[in-house]
Amino acid sequence: MKNDKIVIANKKFNSRLIVGTGKYKSMSECAKAIKLSGAEIVTVAVRRVNITDKKKPLLMDYIDPKKITYLPNTAGCFTSEEALRTLRLAREIGGWKLVKLEVLGDKQNLFPDMIETLKSTEVLAKEGFKVMVYCNDDPLMAKRLENSGADAIMPLAAPIGSGLGIQNKTNIQIIRHQTKLPLIIDAGLGQASDATIAMELGCDGVLVNTAIAKAKKPFEMALAFKNAVVAGRQSFLAGRINKYLYGNASSPKKGIIK
Amino acid sequence: MKKIKKIKIKVNGKFKSISDNYKILDLVKDLKIPLKKVAIELNQEIMDKKKISKIILKKNDKIEIVHFIGGG
Repeated sequence: MKNDKIVIANKKFNSRLIVGTGKYKSMSECAKAIKLSGAEIVTVAVRRVNITDKKKPLLMDYIDPKKITYLPNTAGCFTSEEALRTLRLAREIGGWKLVKLEVLGDKQNLFPDMIETLKSTEVLAKEGFKVMVYCNDDPLMAKRLENSGADAIMPLAAPIGSGLGIQNKTNIQIIRHQTKLPLIIDAGLGQASDATIAMELGCDGVLVNTAIAKAKKPFEMALAFKNAVVAGRQSFLAGRINKYLYGNASSPKKGIIK
Repeated sequence: MKKIKKIKIKVNGKFKSISDNYKILDLVKDLKIPLKKVAIELNQEIMDKKKISKIILKKNDKIEIVHFIGGG
């Protein structure tokens, strides 16, 4: 397992768990949860600086971008223009090229607008960004994203923040079989076992925010997700047994006392 | 006494009055913003942070100063 690293845009990472930094009660809670999760990549949002309250704590004071890879996202963007503007700004903050693209299409279900997402992926790839793309669990769209220069395919398990877990295992498996790009389940996980299932399906990683941040005990859940991802990966690499309809005794039949 | 000319600009959606010959770098310093942790847009155009000491703000200019916050 030691050499089993995930490679994203030519960069190697030990942890296959990416965590979001939103929805925590405080910056210190967020920082501690990240530490416990073992995540080496965290998603961050780009927002206006609060110019009236200068004492507001800064994310960078709590999570060192030299130690943890920041993955700027486009959360809250509903058009390609908004997403491109956001990520160009993110790059300007300090040279961030590895980004998470997320263009939403509906305020209630938060599903991605795949037409806008595809358009944005093409532009960003041409501009030299390394784009990890939040998308639907649609194998055809995943293929198109790959052909447009995406660096990672990140299909949803279920709507963002819903905690429903993977809804369409078949599609995820089809996407797994068709792509060599990193496949990361992004959004909709609710508990640690959901991450294990994702990893057992052959995904390269998972991205979790709400399930940790809004758990009754976020620190314990961060640790649970860390272990769940490792367990799922080990299980996948170990190779599961075939499924049978009927029983198959584990103890030998020979030598039974009579 | 010479009257100081005031110019109105918008910073992160809020109006701000500035004096003549006021540069983006002056704004960053006045707001005590850590330049290394932000990106700046002037009228939707991203500014090269090395050049903001030379850019004088004009009436109705719209500035956006952004940074990273927690997000999923």
